Amino acid sequence: MALLEVQGVVSGYGGMEILHGVSLRVEPGQIVTIIGPNGAGKSTLLKTVFGLLSVKAGRVTFNGTDITGWSPDRIVRLGMCFVPQTDNVFPSLTVQENFEMGAFIRTDDYRARMEEIFALFPDLKARRHVRVGALSGGQRQMVAIGRALMLDPKVLLLDEPSAGLAPKMVELIFERIREINKSGVAIVMVEQNAREALKFSDWGYVLAGGENRFEGSGPALLQNEEIGRLYLGG
Amino acid sequence: MLELTVYGIVYGSIIALGAIGLTLIYGILRFANFAHGDLMSVGAYIALFLIQVVFPLLGVPQERFGGTSFGWPLILAMPISAGVTALIAIALDQMFYRPLRARRASPVILAMASLGAAFIVRNLIYIFWGPDKINYFPGLYRPAWQLPFDVRIRPDELIIVVLAMGLVALVYFFLQKTKLGKAMRATADNPDLARVTGINTEQVRVWTWGIGAALAAVAGIMYGVNALLYPEMGWGFLLPLFAATILGTVGNPYGALVGGLVIGIVQRISTAWLNPAYQPAVAFLVLIVVLLVRPQGIFGGRS
Repeated sequence: MALLEVQGVVSGYGGMEILHGVSLRVEPGQIVTIIGPNGAGKSTLLKTVFGLLSVKAGRVTFNGTDITGWSPDRIVRLGMCFVPQTDNVFPSLTVQENFEMGAFIRTDDYRARMEEIFALFPDLKARRHVRVGALSGGQRQMVAIGRALMLDPKVLLLDEPSAGLAPKMVELIFERIREINKSGVAIVMVEQNAREALKFSDWGYVLAGGENRFEGSGPALLQNEEIGRLYLGG
Repeated sequence: MLELTVYGIVYGSIIALGAIGLTLIYGILRFANFAHGDLMSVGAYIALFLIQVVFPLLGVPQERFGGTSFGWPLILAMPISAGVTALIAIALDQMFYRPLRARRASPVILAMASLGAAFIVRNLIYIFWGPDKINYFPGLYRPAWQLPFDVRIRPDELIIVVLAMGLVALVYFFLQKTKLGKAMRATADNPDLARVTGINTEQVRVWTWGIGAALAAVAGIMYGVNALLYPEMGWGFLLPLFAATILGTVGNPYGALVGGLVIGIVQRISTAWLNPAYQPAVAFLVLIVVLLVRPQGIFGGRS
């Protein structure tokens, strides 16, 4: 059974329809990358899956539960967390407080989990009492991902985790994402650095004009000439 | 001059308590609550009702401590009135603002609604208590203490400052150390992310109203103790409250404390040269200067 299944979803902002029936499948423990040109509806798809935009038609199933039309705070409780592309941290809170907020709905002792996440991001451990607003872009991105991991999600939705970062930092973030995935968390991410991301993706989807265009394993998409020409910049 | 500064600190503490609530509500609910001053009046009048009507019926002892107004009536009235005022504010939120939020009304619409709420509240006070200026404890003689450097201060005023600082410390501890307090700061930072994270933002809003209104009620009672009660009292505080909030950076409760004290001291010291009736104009002047020179306030970084 697929962990996350999106079937023929139609959605958009207000009266404007962006997705015209998109489907997607994520198996447990997979890394799935969504690529495509600007305006293809990649971010819209993530937001719709997470309940931030309403589903006009189609179905979203997560871990055997039909979550179509659920609000984000209910979806979070099932084990799906979302890291938006921008404004994804609480800048006036410290690193540790950001993580505590990530665990807001947990009623058990989450300190061990927090230490695991600090072990994953040693950079942050030394800065745990620093206000996140004072950190660099890459460090903020790590805080955002760490915050989402506090709930031990089964799947993590990442909207352009490498956007606006220096090449070295992009590499580091991708490495961390792979590590997180190895610990058993499925990853669904939208990426502009498509070539790099597809290299370590189990499956990739190409969206264009709000519709599925291609899909296949990461390496297969990289070798496809048409995709290379149209979507990976030659 | 030193004496005026001391009076300014007393008055500023009262402004600060009101401004902390105003700034929290602005930061978390994202609109300017023009009814905040009137929440102060509500708190003051509920305490009056308790002290003059309810407590004598219950036989609460009337003795007071030393030369102060503080005896059991005032000490009991404060938390009860703060609690009731908090409930009134939460009820107003559910009745007025929640339906507007559900319709995604703009901050301007919410602010206008709060202006309407302010009129309703003030006129209810007129209906129940009339327009007269009232004293909590009429005819009570409260002599001032003579402090060094020719400063005279009434024991009441000393208690007001100490109590205000204690409450500010309590709010600071709450925001800094408790889960709900951190959730309030997180919601003020980024309400969308708070929702995505699973923070119960509706619960956060309810607590914000409750805490803001309770602090306003205590501020109103303190002003009543220090001066007089009248239906327009809270409305008159609105300008210094907003000046303090903006001076201390909107949304920053610690800034509101500093802003309140600065406005209070500046207003009182201005009376050395100006007719005391011009004090609201002084607050307005400070507000204009802040908006011209440093619109993000003392504690605002880059936004």
